[in-house]
Amino acid sequence: MNRFTVHVGTALPLRRSNVDTDQIIPARFVPYFQLTGQGNGLFADWRDDPAFATNQPQYQGATILVAGNEFGTGSSRESAVWALQKAGFLVVLAPRFGDIFRENALMRGLLPVQLPALAIELLWALTEADPSTPVTVDLETQQVRFADRTEEFEVPEAARRRLLDGTDTIGDTLRHEAEITLHERARRPLLPRTRSAV
Amino acid sequence: MGSTLAQKVWAGHTVRRGGFGGDDLLYVDLHLLHEVNTPRAFDGLRAAGRTVRRPDLTVGTEDHNVPTISLTGLFDDPAGRRQAAQLRDNCDAFGIPVHRRGDDGHGIVHVIGPEQGLVRPGMTVVCCDSHTTTLGAFGALAFGIGTSQVEHVLATQTLWTGRPKDMAVTVTGTLPAGATAKDLVMTLIARIGTGGGQGHIIEYRGEAVDALSMEGRMTLCNMSVEAGSKAGVVGPDETTFAYLRTRPGMPEGADWDAEVAHWKSLRTDPDAEFDREVVLDASTIRPYVSWGTNPAQSAPVDARVPGPDEFATPEERTAAERALTYMDLRPGSRLQDIGIDTVFVGSCTNGRIEDLRAAAEVLRGRRVADGVRMLVVPGSAAVHRQAVDEGLDKVFTGAGADFRPIAGCSMCCGLNEDRMKAGQRAVSTSNRNFEGRQGKQARTHIASPEVAAASAVTGRITAPADLGDGRS
Ligand code: SF4
Repeated sequence: MNRFTVHVGTALPLRRSNVDTDQIIPARFVPYFQLTGQGNGLFADWRDDPAFATNQPQYQGATILVAGNEFGTGSSRESAVWALQKAGFLVVLAPRFGDIFRENALMRGLLPVQLPALAIELLWALTEADPSTPVTVDLETQQVRFADRTEEFEVPEAARRRLLDGTDTIGDTLRHEAEITLHERARRPLLPRTRSAV
Repeated sequence: MGSTLAQKVWAGHTVRRGGFGGDDLLYVDLHLLHEVNTPRAFDGLRAAGRTVRRPDLTVGTEDHNVPTISLTGLFDDPAGRRQAAQLRDNCDAFGIPVHRRGDDGHGIVHVIGPEQGLVRPGMTVVCCDSHTTTLGAFGALAFGIGTSQVEHVLATQTLWTGRPKDMAVTVTGTLPAGATAKDLVMTLIARIGTGGGQGHIIEYRGEAVDALSMEGRMTLCNMSVEAGSKAGVVGPDETTFAYLRTRPGMPEGADWDAEVAHWKSLRTDPDAEFDREVVLDASTIRPYVSWGTNPAQSAPVDARVPGPDEFATPEERTAAERALTYMDLRPGSRLQDIGIDTVFVGSCTNGRIEDLRAAAEVLRGRRVADGVRMLVVPGSAAVHRQAVDEGLDKVFTGAGADFRPIAGCSMCCGLNEDRMKAGQRAVSTSNRNFEGRQGKQARTHIASPEVAAASAVTGRITAPADLGDGRS
């Protein structure tokens, strides 16, 4: 588990909404990436365009992606999160996220931060005017700070604790094994099983 | 105040409430796996020296990148072949049953679960795939998860997840002839948007939903995720019980009666409250087709391509502009004038036997237009067998379509040899018209099997009612 407390970095403006996970990493890159962790499929089909934001020299080194509404909808492929992390991103800011993407990101320590559309507009304008604008993302206080602004945000408390402490989620869950077993014993007797032998 | 179906199932599976400060720990009754998004989950399990807690509640299938042309068909991507092999190895190593191509029970993960009686009302089901929502048609709570969560479920048979809100989509009245479950769900998504169900479980209810077959309900729940919702559910009723009665492994006699009694108790209470409600009038629903690059960018087949200025927000206008450029469409032109060169009938949305019957019915006595390639891929081996028993294979091949003997996702996601080429344009019965979804720079119009088949006949987007009776 990656830990996350406070991060100060520069931002890459991605003025697009409905950036689904097929755009973040097209399906054809997924099998090899899953198997090996290798390859560079991030925004592969958009990167063909030299004007695309990730191709701009002034945004190299950006660690915070600022995107439009419904970021990460579509396929549940966690490789969308891995591809962003591999390219150096630690945070994605957007007005709203696809549910599974958000949960995947929280599991892997890529922080998905939901901000009002107005704040996103402002960040786009600021970072387009000055790509070196520093942006602070603070998970302790749940604030994003840039220029003279402070935006509050919320992360499910569960995930926040995990990220701050760097907890191994599975290890933590297994501490409740007695409860899992109790629940298991009380399950309805007629539930299907995928094979007869247990 | 009473409870919704979703709340009842959720409460019945909560091992630990609000642990981790908010999320509930849910017990998972059934965990489905496919080859694409699982390798690293098994790697993680091994690295930590852990094992699979309940291999008997887990099942795998190879569906996404397998060739469907024949059992010996070649993988055009070596990584795809390695993934299929790895799923087999991982499942074998941990005692998890896995369906290989050629097995009776093989097929697309969301198609085989119900077929084999593994999915029943009131269960929790997860899978490394967003369209797991399909299985909500049975009154089960079913949703997609990512690879890290797969590892967590393998190790613990549980999942930490935030409790979603409840949304009701009530569909009053009756669907007119020619309108299908696909048109219904596309109409809904066009209305509420790709984020319209976000943070919610959608319960579909009302006369028109009650009248749908299980196949239709699966199509409806399948696309719930395209509205951003965590899951979709339909209350179990006589249609559900009749479907389940004939499935393998169902209890008999008094045990069956006891299960049905339990399933009946799972319906939403009359005084339950939803956080959000949407009402649709079924009688207004017409055959639908997408024109853009997300599933909300859709319209009735007889409509025109909208212009960006017809949208309310600047964001929607920009999105529409981008979509029209990608799709190479002009505002104001008729959707019915859009020429196509590819038709795909299949996928977890519309690859079941009813879907194949519907497409075949349109094609009977007609031919696929010159210059159009029509691909029909059954959702499972069982669907394939049934289609052959009913002679549908002859209808498809007789009309000039390519009917595949092996089930799989095929052209839905462009992971096997069936991906489209740049610039090609398809009517597809799948669920996503995203840029590049079916192949780099390929253009997708999603629609029902009926519209897909009618479009194959004319070579342009067409509703069956507009075909006339030119059958031979
Ligand atoms: S058919 Fe398409 S949408 Fe369904 S599981 Fe396969 S790739 Fe996903």
